[in-house]
Amino acid sequence: MEVFSSVDGLLKYARDRGVPLWRAVMEADMAEEDMTEPESLEKMGRMLAVMRSALAGYNGGDRSASGLAGGDGGRMAQFVASGGCVAGELFGKIVAAALSMGECNACMKRIVAAPTAGACGVLPAVLIPVGEAVGAGEQRMVEALYVAAGIGEVIANRASISGAECGCQAEIGSASAMAAAALVHLLGGTMEEMANASAMALKSLLGLVCDPVGGLVETPCIKRNVIGAVNALSAGEMALAGITSRIPVDEVIDAMAEVGAALPASLRETGEGGLAATPTGEKYKHVI
Amino acid sequence: MAIFDILGPIMVGPSSSHTAGAVRIGRITRRLLGSEPVRAKIFLSGSFALTGEGHGTPRAIVAGLLGLKPDDQRIPESFKLAEERGLEFEMGAVHLKDVHPNSALVTAWGADGGRVEVGASSPGGGMIRVFELDGLRTSFSGSVPTLLVKNMDKPGYVSRVSAVVAWYGLNISTLRMERDSRGGHSLMVIECDQHIPHGVSAELRQIDGIYKVTRLNPEGEV
Repeated sequence: MEVFSSVDGLLKYARDRGVPLWRAVMEADMAEEDMTEPESLEKMGRMLAVMRSALAGYNGGDRSASGLAGGDGGRMAQFVASGGCVAGELFGKIVAAALSMGECNACMKRIVAAPTAGACGVLPAVLIPVGEAVGAGEQRMVEALYVAAGIGEVIANRASISGAECGCQAEIGSASAMAAAALVHLLGGTMEEMANASAMALKSLLGLVCDPVGGLVETPCIKRNVIGAVNALSAGEMALAGITSRIPVDEVIDAMAEVGAALPASLRETGEGGLAATPTGEKYKHVI
Repeated sequence: MAIFDILGPIMVGPSSSHTAGAVRIGRITRRLLGSEPVRAKIFLSGSFALTGEGHGTPRAIVAGLLGLKPDDQRIPESFKLAEERGLEFEMGAVHLKDVHPNSALVTAWGADGGRVEVGASSPGGGMIRVFELDGLRTSFSGSVPTLLVKNMDKPGYVSRVSAVVAWYGLNISTLRMERDSRGGHSLMVIECDQHIPHGVSAELRQIDGIYKVTRLNPEGEV
């Protein structure tokens, strides 16, 4: 759809109508999908509710089918609770939440693909702990999800959100760009700052390959949710500090598509290159 | 693509293609069968066969056959649920040529004696595509109202079927037809913009030389 063909165009659409970015995303989608505002808000509210319940229902005792994934979210949470996290409690909570969500997915729990199942931890890991820390209300949290979805839709239209097509940069990278913009909304930034935050988040993860051990959404996917989340945090903070991306976000997205097309098949979700092809990766493959 | 394709679907992990899509393959087989399945043979091909176990693909397909949706938390325990509901199944691997790497061939038998054989792929994001139905090549997703008509390969069937569809005021968005051999069987796949009412299939069944009519309306699908 035209509105979502560029972030620049999306911002212009919002400015022309004199509405905030989140509302522009919601209204453009409502028109396209023939949905009413209460229907759309209810549906987005449900996405937030499922994210919250997945995180709250995390059980450190669960293990994935391969037996390789599980428990790390609990380990990190315990470390944070003991006061050991030098970067502070909020940072530690974000790391723990990203691990927990990635593990929930690997252990066949109910999650929200954001934009994919493998990258489902990034957005909630940033929004839920930060939302709690700043006392953001339900409405503001839902608004932030619209901002994230708008950025994600532009990325899907201009490039890809599929690891099989463009590598992990398209999954964790896209999730990180979405989360960075959403974070800026949550903290009261401008829509230009949201665009800059997503540009800085995505360009920092350009080239990230998709190399799952044994072809499973476990190693290194779960821990890459952590880098997606903390990268979104730093990109969002930079944008709020007034730092801008020298390359505009739409051009960063195009660069991601170009880099993705240049990646060999072995690094696009085939489980044949990168970490999957290391001696230890090969060994796990046979265990799985 | 809509924003809820970006944030969403709500699904049981770990993979939109190997888990959520696999549930949908089971579901569409059940919908095509049109009754409670009592027996099934499931063959996984390509990446489904290689990494399906670790992604819960076999359990996801069985869950779909039982009518569960991709966000149902009982998916991991679907084998137990199948036993309780009296669904017997066999699981195996097969090498299907010229299809997407994430594919499965599912044959299901219904309590009413019906049988359906479905070949389907899950290319990503939880979307699926049926590429074979009862031995005939085809292509449809079941995400829009779809009418499937199996008939004798003789002149005049397209116009007779489309006349009924038009009489009910349905707009056809795509129409595709494949046959096994000249004078053999033919499969028409008609995708419509509106809900396909019961009357359409009832009328079509009256026509001599039409063997099977199936309506797929996506209401309630996620």
